Amino acid sequence: MSGLGFVEVGLVVLVLAVAIWTNLARASFAAAVGFIAFGLLLALVWVRLDAVDVALTEAAVGAITGVLLLSAAARMRPSEGAALLERPGAAMRGLIAVLCAAVSVGVAFVVLLPADPAPTLAPAAAANLHATGMGNPVTAVLMAYRAIDTLLEKIVLLVAVVAVWSMAPDSMWGGRPGLTPVRQDNEALAFLARLLPPIGVVVGIYLLWNGADEPGGAFQGGAILAAMWILARMAGLVDAPAVSRVSLRAGLVAGPVVFLAAGFAGIALAEGFLAYPAGWEKPVIIVIETAMTLTVAVTLAMLLEGPPARAPSPSLRSTAAAHGATRGDR
Amino acid sequence: MNLVLDIFTIVAVTAGAFFFLAGSVGLLRFPDVFSRVHALTKADNLGLGLIVLGLLPQVGGLLGAAKLVAIWLLVQLAGTAVAQVLARFARRTSDST
Repeated sequence: MSGLGFVEVGLVVLVLAVAIWTNLARASFAAAVGFIAFGLLLALVWVRLDAVDVALTEAAVGAITGVLLLSAAARMRPSEGAALLERPGAAMRGLIAVLCAAVSVGVAFVVLLPADPAPTLAPAAAANLHATGMGNPVTAVLMAYRAIDTLLEKIVLLVAVVAVWSMAPDSMWGGRPGLTPVRQDNEALAFLARLLPPIGVVVGIYLLWNGADEPGGAFQGGAILAAMWILARMAGLVDAPAVSRVSLRAGLVAGPVVFLAAGFAGIALAEGFLAYPAGWEKPVIIVIETAMTLTVAVTLAMLLEGPPARAPSPSLRSTAAAHGATRGDR
Repeated sequence: MNLVLDIFTIVAVTAGAFFFLAGSVGLLRFPDVFSRVHALTKADNLGLGLIVLGLLPQVGGLLGAAKLVAIWLLVQLAGTAVAQVLARFARRTSDST
């Protein structure tokens, strides 16, 4: 905490420069690339602050939002020239600038002028760490002290998938999302997509298992598993499952269902909702985390796949063509 | 012995940083996609390779050293594949225009 070294100053300058550049970039593709670089730099900042858990999550979330923004930029490209011409008036731009500045000043005020001494629960969290069976205080906070927040986060992820799926045209409902895969066996991407997933799957499960005592956990592990799926999908080696498939839906709800079941079991077996029975904390947390890793992986992969874009069965495809909705049929 | 290892680390890491610098200069100065990709992959291979080589004497155990080498191999794999994808895309789009 004392003083800034050469690396810290360099990082701060880089983060600010990339943030300003991303805001000033006129083309949405360039802005998306800038945002990805910004996310990676921010992950390095978290590492310098000794918050490796946050750094891993930032890197994973940054990569996933990056892919989403890039595909949105590609989709918007035909209309981008016209959108750039429609500039809001001077009054509106002034208002936006004032409101953004107010938010920045407010955040700066809260961060830079903390109460002295700053209120902290860190000693209490560390003192009760042994009761959770965890060695990593971040996992203890996520899975024991504030388990209800983590549970609600997972439900928010599920709602996000519902929102994406609800963008589907009626004729496509129940079908597969995205484009039909085109296998290109001689491409370098197919080579990478065959070689990397075995390593990535091991690393993802390692992050889940390691999360009990070291930085890592369900979200980071699940994000890596999702990345491996997307890699194989981009290389055309696998096809997206139909959104009506039961196993897919089971994967999407596995985490919240197991979490809720453990929560209600706490009413009968322990002190209350989401309380874990004494002596069984660690096994229960591992079971919940495993189910959540599966859910995070499936959810992130489905968010990247987008809404169903191919009609569910050949008999329905003719009706889809009649509606003129042939998106996704190459 | 420690002094020799430290000097080895400083020399190798400096050489690695030089290759990263050269790769960045190439990225900014080279005229087309293919030579820019060429410059970047040199930075990945040699620059990171030399930095990892230089750091090997500084890690305590065999496991840490193996992790460093694994990182270098993974970056090589990803860098090579991405360079191929970029170059093929550039060639396809330049053919069509």
